[in-house]
Amino acid sequence: MTDEERSKLQRLRAWLSQARYFVEEAYSVRYRSTIARARRDEEDLFMLLVFAEMMGVPNPATYYTLELQPLLLERFHEWHIRMGMEHSPLENFRCC
Amino acid sequence: MSAIVVAIVGIGAMALGYFIYSKFIAEKVFQLDPNFRTPAHEFEDGVDFVPTNRYILWGHHFTSVAGAAPIVGPAIAVIWGWVPAFLWVVLGTIFFAGVHDAGAIWASVRNRARSIGAVTGDVVGARARSLFMIVIFLVLLMVNAVFAVVIAGLLIQFPSSVVPVWGAILVALIVGQAIYRLKLNLLWVTIIGVVALYAMVIIGPSVPISLPEKVLGLPTNAQWIVLLFVYAAIASMLPVWMLLQPRDYINGIQLFIGLGILYLSILIANPTVVAPAFNANVPEGTPSLIPLLFVTIACGAISGFHGLVSSGTTSKQINKETDIRFVGYFGAIGEGMLALASILAATAGIATLADWQGLYSKFGAGGVGAFVNGGAAIVANGVGLSSEIAATLLTVMAVLFAGTTMDTGVRLQRYILQEWGEIYNLSFLKNGMVATLVAIGTCVALAFGAGGLDGSGGLLIWPLFGTTNQLLAGLTLLVITVMLARLGRPVWYTLAPLTFLLVMTISALLIQLGGFYKSGNWFLLVLDLIILAAAILVALESASTLAKQLREKRGVETQA
Repeated sequence: MTDEERSKLQRLRAWLSQARYFVEEAYSVRYRSTIARARRDEEDLFMLLVFAEMMGVPNPATYYTLELQPLLLERFHEWHIRMGMEHSPLENFRCC
Repeated sequence: MSAIVVAIVGIGAMALGYFIYSKFIAEKVFQLDPNFRTPAHEFEDGVDFVPTNRYILWGHHFTSVAGAAPIVGPAIAVIWGWVPAFLWVVLGTIFFAGVHDAGAIWASVRNRARSIGAVTGDVVGARARSLFMIVIFLVLLMVNAVFAVVIAGLLIQFPSSVVPVWGAILVALIVGQAIYRLKLNLLWVTIIGVVALYAMVIIGPSVPISLPEKVLGLPTNAQWIVLLFVYAAIASMLPVWMLLQPRDYINGIQLFIGLGILYLSILIANPTVVAPAFNANVPEGTPSLIPLLFVTIACGAISGFHGLVSSGTTSKQINKETDIRFVGYFGAIGEGMLALASILAATAGIATLADWQGLYSKFGAGGVGAFVNGGAAIVANGVGLSSEIAATLLTVMAVLFAGTTMDTGVRLQRYILQEWGEIYNLSFLKNGMVATLVAIGTCVALAFGAGGLDGSGGLLIWPLFGTTNQLLAGLTLLVITVMLARLGRPVWYTLAPLTFLLVMTISALLIQLGGFYKSGNWFLLVLDLIILAAAILVALESASTLAKQLREKRGVETQA
């Protein structure tokens, strides 16, 4: 392959990736917020399961979910800010 | 008159509008500032507020606002001759729609990207806000009913389009699965999806489908309307990635392809406009041109519906404030071009003047059928498709647009009903299923009440839809005008369109009121009265707000 061919190929690749970017943006732009919100709702539900015991809802899987709590710390903080609570609403789970 | 000349004059004028008038509006009136921190950056969250490339955003904005309305309205309005419709579309796009759409985005961007209804509450007052909600509900109600009537009519008139129209939904379902479940490359999925859609358009004429004449006592027209609303109800409750997202996407692509084919065919075939420039002998029962023209063509000249899209989603994604000119104003131009194509198809595609007069034998009779017939003749001559396939192509284009608008409309209506359920504490209305059923029920009642079970009433309701749409545009213009007045900027560029719209809509309502009374159409008479009440309230609200603004300004001046 000569240099010229290689540069042509490269340009074609760059063009294709640009086209792909535009197509994908065009596909997702209108419903991005709806889908992100649906995903967020699902994640909130998962968080509710993990923190169930703390809110007095018995959860047989607590032994396992306990391990997940530190991993969810940041997301939990984001959630209570989003819900309009400045500080963590849970007594024994202070994130800030 | 050659259609190419008409097209070039129209597009040329709109181009001048974009390069000169919109520049003036953007720099001198709205004074768009490239350094202003837009809500997309200020509140960036990856969910609602996302700074977006302006070309992508334009595509999104344009495909959201362009529906079947800029096709149907102009195709009906050419009954008064092609010149009035042409002038209103071109001048309306330049001086009304562009300013209105860009202004709605600007007003929203400067108010933390809130919806124009919420901005109305802040800028004008709580009363105007409630009025806004009522007008929006009326617009949605009419949109859904009127488009159901349009689609049912088209599916009966062109049975060859039934397979591709419903097949398009299947294609969308498969595309959705391919992307979200199988994670296939979108570029290839797009190409395959579009090819599949057009393959069905080509197959369509060989497998025409017509519904039986009577099922359970319902004539064909009513059967289609019921089927359409069953579909809309299901579509509005499915998760968006499954149907709405891929369908809107394919629709957007189809819009560009359809527009391209139409203009290309006009360029190649160069048909002659057979319709009279001004129609001196309009069929009996046609209302007078002024003011009815200005409500018959709403979308394509100015449409309040755009304000909802502008302020609801587009404004949250504006990357730089100066992008508003391109996204808003040029979006309106795109829609103007669609309306222009519709005018040309309905006036230049018909073979002779006598044929044309046959199609436009009654007010509201020609309409979208004339667009499909005329457009098909042009496309057949231009790019050499068989006239049956060309007719199927254009029918599919019109139906898919109307369909998308319809189920977005049903979804929005459901949200409003659910919100009312929250406000007035009606627990049953909060339920999504119940709210959808109520929304659908009102639309079906309107579609049957307005068009008659057998569809003989046709599109009598169309001008009423246009009127409500213009009222909404008027409210948005009022908000923009008040904002400009407070900033001490020139207000004439929005105040003049606002005044014009209010005068035209109110007089159109009064004239139609007389017409409905004479023909004894009590259902539409009541509807007209409701809209008239809303229109008068909008006018009073505008007058009192602007008068107050003027007094405040004088007060400041005398103090100084």
